[in-house]
Amino acid sequence: MFDTILDALAVICLLLAAMLSAAAGIGLLRFTDSLSRLHAATKPQIFGLLLVIAAVAIDQRSLGVFLALVPVFVFQALTAPTAAHMVGRAAYRTGQLDSRTILVDELGPAVARATAKAAEQDREQALAEAARDREIEAELAAERDAERDRIKPVRPPTLS
Amino acid sequence: MTFAVLMFVLVGVGLTFTALAALVRIVRGPTILDRMVASDVLLTTVILALGADMVARQHTDSIPIMVAIAATATFATIVVARYVKRRNELEVSDSVGETEHV
Repeated sequence: MFDTILDALAVICLLLAAMLSAAAGIGLLRFTDSLSRLHAATKPQIFGLLLVIAAVAIDQRSLGVFLALVPVFVFQALTAPTAAHMVGRAAYRTGQLDSRTILVDELGPAVARATAKAAEQDREQALAEAARDREIEAELAAERDAERDRIKPVRPPTLS
Repeated sequence: MTFAVLMFVLVGVGLTFTALAALVRIVRGPTILDRMVASDVLLTTVILALGADMVARQHTDSIPIMVAIAATATFATIVVARYVKRRNELEVSDSVGETEHV
């Protein structure tokens, strides 16, 4: 009896994971821009995987199997948000989003500010580098002059 | 028993549908980002299918490959997302001679 319930529980977990996954598939097919598709795609990556891990552990009824499955979830939980973040960042900055569906865009001014700041820093750095180059140039010229002045008085010895 | 079989058939149908939808999006996706998101979904579906197979056939042989896929699945996405550029930057870099794929 207990075994039957546990087996049914495992299979139901699997079914829920498959439904989440199918929802992600529908979202991939029907959503209109990259960000929406990303939203749909990241659902089964964490919760669906959690359900499948629970299903396997329940089905095997073993703590060892559960402990062996924990790294799967840890790695996925570490890497999936990173990838989603990178894709979202790239999608926003390349303008691949449906701007009609956005009510408030708080990221736009922030990106503009950051870009302006970076440009300002670049300009300042270029100016500083140019000034330093001129300084070094002047120093070198002065050294060269000094060298010439020092060398000039030395005449080849005359034979008289 | 028939309940379990029916459930496994439903699970298989759901996962197959997801894999096919991801493939369709990989082929049709207008931008490289859509394709990378879809390939992520495809790999996640592979992990889920491996787990479902372990439950259906009562074994634990697939756990190492699940760990490997979960650890490395998103490298490609991260790498590609770093190199996506805006279209007007693209034209400039095209004239410079770099190749980009968006």
